[in-house]
Amino acid sequence: MIHDRYQLAFKLYPYARSADQDADSPVHHPVIVVGGGPIGLASALDLGRQGIPVVVLDDHEGIGQGSRAICFSKRCLEIADRYGCGQPMVEKGVVWNLGKVFHDDRKVYEFNLLPEEGHKYPAFINLQQPYFERFLFEQIKAEQARGAPIEIRGKNRVEAITPEANGVTLEIDTPEGPYKLSADWLIACDGAGSPTRKMLGLDFEGRVFEDNFLIADIRMVNDEFPTERWFWFEPHFKSGASTLLHRQPDGIWRVDFQIGWDVDRAEELKEENVRARLDAMLGDVEYEIVWTSIYTFQCRRMKDFRHNRVIFAGDSAHQVSPFGARGANSGMQDVDNLGWKLGMVIRGEAPERLLDSYNEERIHGADENILNSTRSTDFITPKSRVSHLFRNAVLDLAERYEFARPIVNSGRLSVPCTYDGLSLNGPDALTGGPARTRVGSPCPDAPIDDGFLLDRLGDGFVLLTLNTEVPDRLEVDGIPIRRVALSAGGRDALSDRYLGSARAAVYLIRPDQHVTARWEHYDAAAVTAALRTACAKEAI
Amino acid sequence: MSDLTLTPNLESADDFYAALIAAHDGLSDEESEAFNARLILILANQIGDQSVLEAALEAAKA
Ligand SMILES: Cc1cc2nc3c(=O)[nH]c(=O)nc-3n(C[C@H](O)[C@H](O)[C@H](O)COP(=O)(O)OP(=O)(O)OC[C@H]3O[C@@H](n4cnc5c(N)ncnc54)[C@H](O)[C@@H]3O)c2cc1C
Repeated sequence: MIHDRYQLAFKLYPYARSADQDADSPVHHPVIVVGGGPIGLASALDLGRQGIPVVVLDDHEGIGQGSRAICFSKRCLEIADRYGCGQPMVEKGVVWNLGKVFHDDRKVYEFNLLPEEGHKYPAFINLQQPYFERFLFEQIKAEQARGAPIEIRGKNRVEAITPEANGVTLEIDTPEGPYKLSADWLIACDGAGSPTRKMLGLDFEGRVFEDNFLIADIRMVNDEFPTERWFWFEPHFKSGASTLLHRQPDGIWRVDFQIGWDVDRAEELKEENVRARLDAMLGDVEYEIVWTSIYTFQCRRMKDFRHNRVIFAGDSAHQVSPFGARGANSGMQDVDNLGWKLGMVIRGEAPERLLDSYNEERIHGADENILNSTRSTDFITPKSRVSHLFRNAVLDLAERYEFARPIVNSGRLSVPCTYDGLSLNGPDALTGGPARTRVGSPCPDAPIDDGFLLDRLGDGFVLLTLNTEVPDRLEVDGIPIRRVALSAGGRDALSDRYLGSARAAVYLIRPDQHVTARWEHYDAAAVTAALRTACAKEAI
Repeated sequence: MSDLTLTPNLESADDFYAALIAAHDGLSDEESEAFNARLILILANQIGDQSVLEAALEAAKA
């Protein structure tokens, strides 16, 4: 039997018998995705949009209930936008800019994020994870209606995986009994406890943080609370060693109490005890409790994300503390990175070793995320007397002096990494070019006459030209390069972000909107060489 | 990038030392520790340069 391990927020893909279950021998698929969480759904969307048949197997029939991610970053939304579902996320989400930091009973300081102008998407939004996943799912429906070969099978639990030289065989359990499938490629998006990882006997090393966090999602009866992020260090109301209050859509607030290591979970989760903490914090405010849970966390990653034909993405590959919102956000960047590479390999446009660059680049990203979220965690939950001393010294000073405020770390905004110095990079030959668009960077958005730059990039390779002429149609080894020709001048955002002190520029941009090479002028041989490098081909 | 100064640089060594000790007058051990931590952070900000700060962390090791 397939028992649910968690309650569902949305039942979306009820179990339905597949013809594959009646076949005499295992039916073969090009790509199977294990797990229909946000990362599995996004993987299916990326590949399906390229016309690559993909089957998602999930052991539930929809999206899990409960409180997990609430902060989704700009880059994550831009990736969703490329898949066609960024707008509904922003419309549903809460945008906030004002944050307040408290220590004990004093306000240490407040900040306004003052987001940079000229981006289609805000720095981030707050949105409950089940909604985020549902928007991905709805986009899958829309793509299916247009013929995208995506299939999602609910209550299909992967029980065994046998890796082979050119693929994998899987054993799957369903409410109607087991069956087998085989695939050329398996993407393991089965979460932090990844059964795939365990079945293959692979490592998952890192640091465990000895602390429990109690989440209470509450609906305020009188909705007078401002749309701000409030963070307390050692709050006077003693409801936790630190406490976070943050708004979500539907008038719901996330309250997150750090409650220590040695706690009796069942006791702490009793409504009267949760209410005691909330009342101490909120005073005379009426609220309804919508959800409570206790979580602990770890910062760790697999040594390798690619194991021949099995590729790990999202929490199965890496896990971070929630401070800084780098879990789902970085998983989406995994998908963004993997999708086009796997697509090219399957279409025979690039050698299989292109997938090793997924390993290289996303390990680079995971390490940066682990570093950042570990630093936040160490600041929020000091582990020694001396780190506690310095932490409080920073807070004391921050109350009086501006200089100490950047040291206060209650979670750093999740930003995408730059693939500095990695294998797919071509030349960075734009003298005077801005650092933020150097080779390896994700392209920053900018307004252009009829919309935004990122709307014009992505999906395939793009040659972005500013104030310079290049041929209209370009192709290298049968791989088309779309040309986006713009002019920029003066002090507009586009020149600021892409020209710097250069007068003209030519950018070769990957399907995941990362810069892979840039020059001052077009040179056919240079573009050809850079494209081959970006596809892990021989230079010739 | 500048180097860490490990040659005499205080305008008035005796005055600074006396002021440093006097600042701790009447503080409990705990208050003194907190004072020192704040002072280190203020001085670090004054220096700013990461390589100088790292050299200072190294030089301070016993
Ligand atoms: C308290 C908390 C707060 C967080 N806040 C944020 C935040 O603000 N921002 C952010 O970006 N991230 C945040 N995260 C992290 C985020 O929730 C995860 O990174 C994200 O869910 C990872 O998605 P995933 O698809 O990799 O894995 P999961 O969401 O875990 O999905 C795995 C899927 O695989 C299925 N599965 C498992 N085993 C099998 C099997 N054998 N066969 C078939 N299917 C299987 C599961 O049922 C599930 O559907 C937070 C996490 C927590 C706990």
